[in-house]
Amino acid sequence: MMDRQVSIAIRHLYKIFGANPVRALEHVRAGTGKDALMAQHRHVLGLRDINIDMRAGDITVVMGLSGSGKSTLIRHVNRLIEPTAGEILVNGENILEFGETRLRELRRKQMSMVFQHFALLPHRTVLDNIGLARSVRGERRADFERDALHWLARVGLGGQEGQYPHQLSGGMQQRVGIARALTSNAPIMLMDEAFSALDPLIRTDMQDLLLELQTELQKTIIFISHDLDEALKLADHLVILKDGSVVQQGEPQEILLKPNDPYIVDFISDINRARVLRVRSVMDRAPETIPQVAGTVDVDATLESVIALSGGDTALSYAVRNRDTTVGYLNMQSLVRALVPTQAPRHGNRKQEKAQPAASGPAA
Amino acid sequence: MQGATVATYDFIFNGLGLREWCGESVRSGPMTMADLLARGAAPAEPQTGFDWGALWSLPFPSLDELHKACAEIPRSRDLTRSLEAGFLNVRESLRFVLDPMTQPLSWALENALHVAVNTPWWLMLMALLVVVWLAGRSAALVGLVAAVMGFLLFVDHYVFAMQTLSIIFVCAFLCVVMGVPVGIAMSRSNRFQRLMIPVLDMLQTLPTFVYLIPLIFLFSVTEPKLYGIAIILYAIVPVIRLTDLGIRLVDKEVIEAAEAFGMTRHQKLIRVQIPLALPNIMAGVNQTIMMSLAMVVIASLVSAPGLGVLVLRGIRNLELGVGLMAGLGIVLLAVILDRVTKAALARVNAAASVARH
Ligand SMILES: Nc1ncnc2c1ncn2[C@@H]1O[C@H](COP(=O)(O)OP(=O)(O)OP(=O)(O)O)[C@@H](O)[C@H]1O
Ligand SMILES: [Mg+2]
Repeated sequence: MMDRQVSIAIRHLYKIFGANPVRALEHVRAGTGKDALMAQHRHVLGLRDINIDMRAGDITVVMGLSGSGKSTLIRHVNRLIEPTAGEILVNGENILEFGETRLRELRRKQMSMVFQHFALLPHRTVLDNIGLARSVRGERRADFERDALHWLARVGLGGQEGQYPHQLSGGMQQRVGIARALTSNAPIMLMDEAFSALDPLIRTDMQDLLLELQTELQKTIIFISHDLDEALKLADHLVILKDGSVVQQGEPQEILLKPNDPYIVDFISDINRARVLRVRSVMDRAPETIPQVAGTVDVDATLESVIALSGGDTALSYAVRNRDTTVGYLNMQSLVRALVPTQAPRHGNRKQEKAQPAASGPAA
Repeated sequence: MQGATVATYDFIFNGLGLREWCGESVRSGPMTMADLLARGAAPAEPQTGFDWGALWSLPFPSLDELHKACAEIPRSRDLTRSLEAGFLNVRESLRFVLDPMTQPLSWALENALHVAVNTPWWLMLMALLVVVWLAGRSAALVGLVAAVMGFLLFVDHYVFAMQTLSIIFVCAFLCVVMGVPVGIAMSRSNRFQRLMIPVLDMLQTLPTFVYLIPLIFLFSVTEPKLYGIAIILYAIVPVIRLTDLGIRLVDKEVIEAAEAFGMTRHQKLIRVQIPLALPNIMAGVNQTIMMSLAMVVIASLVSAPGLGVLVLRGIRNLELGVGLMAGLGIVLLAVILDRVTKAALARVNAAASVARH
């Protein structure tokens, strides 16, 4: 995307759970993996050498299987967990150096969080829960009630403000958690599987809400998910974690087209690629010969829409437009090739920047 | 074997060259019972070969036994006596510190007893029923309490019962006021918890009479604080334990949420931990009240007024009826105290019902 400022930078972050993490860290730095560390040293490798730049206004999605360290990672950003080694920079400042007061200020004013298991206060009403961040800041209920009710209605729970959390279903509780984070109005949002308990319809609705908010409010969002469709829909930047390490990160389309690890290939094998891939990812920016074009398509159109447009004719080519300028050409044959989920090098007309690494994990 | 001239363990002191230090092997001071018995026994026949009899009756090298061999070693009687002397030595300084500190307790107990006995019975009864209603919001419970108090009034045990109740009230109140903060401190610091647990274990396992012994030496038997302290020491344990436990059991993710939104420690305590630990704390208060009741009966040995006095009279004078009647009164009090605190607990539980997903 555009060059936005880095809002949150994670540098060489390590986290090891156990009795003597500092000693275990030496083994990890020497290359011991998660399973070996557990078997030989009785320590759990939570995170290993994580480096991520999260840009202001972007949604950074962290993906990975259960136990890969997603929740551990997001909890480092507001220091609910202290790292074993590394740095976390928020707007250029290393928050690990913050004292208690500054950390509290950061949490109160800069960040809000949605929890995987909701973490609502069971003895307070929905309204009190939603206003939590604001009341912790010292605002009175009259000051935040309007905002709170607005967000409650926005997540589809208007009229439930007097209920207690245990009177709501799991999905409803999760939406209360989302409304709580939104009411806090902080520029950074940490969302740990914030939509995992929602049914598909409400889930799509919440995803649209989040994207809509992004165009409006430009928050920096870290979103954890283990749903690839969701990740591809939301992510400006996608980070894939495995056993506590980053396997690949980058633009989602890029990862989809060039997975660098069998783990990711597995991950993306079931996806509907036509719906997710966009023209800009498969077009040819500078073809040797300008083809005969059958029409124009938008640079951000999905391949699915182009297929519909072409009526399935693979002989056609299209000019790709970004606003009013032609930025490249799309050949239907390369489009079809891009739909085949494969890790073998493709022979499309798109230039191969580097050869696919063979089926070897990172320092396994 | 316990001959007056040869002691079994002489050889130790001879072997170690400590005979000089021991001085003459003469018994000084009054004789122990064992000495007296030994004197009557016939001196043992000189034995030849291996002395099975000697082995059979080989005494353990206890203080008394070693004392026989060496006068410098104290007898166990001297040990208990020096404990006593030591206690008596520090008694004055202990009193100097503890007396003013505990004076408010005496004062509170005296006043509570005064109020309980001198308020007209109908006013007291009404006040009690109002309290019960506020705690339980249950007409059946109010009815039960009214029936029990009516019965006690009818059989002329009302004054004794009110004395018992007012002592329990004061002591349980103080237990909560002191126990909850201690429990909170324990939940916050693992080290403090490790330190406190043996103390609490000790308070709970020491036989109740043992509390009374040092207290009798410390204060005069006529002071109410004597039994007040005994009751509080005994009954404070559950409220401390359950406060600690309750706070530690609060859902970790809820605590994380409180921290993630920037609560201070104090906000966290007041807004999250105490409300969510309240069901456990209330369970502790219930147990504390029941244990105060158990102790207040025993405390009548050291002049605590109330139904316990009647029980004691029953035992002393073998007045079976008096003892049984007082016992019934105690059971009835136990029932209503338990029911009322449980009802309050149930209300707290309903309010703070923690739904699990
Ligand atoms: N407090 C802890 N003590 C020991 N190990 C821990 C602790 N917290 C997390 N772990 C370990 O760290 C690893 C990552 O856990 P984490 O909760 O971050 O996974 P996750 O990616 O969020 O999984 P899920 O999708 O199931 O939520 C796991 O192996 C877990 O056992
Ligand atoms: Mg998780």
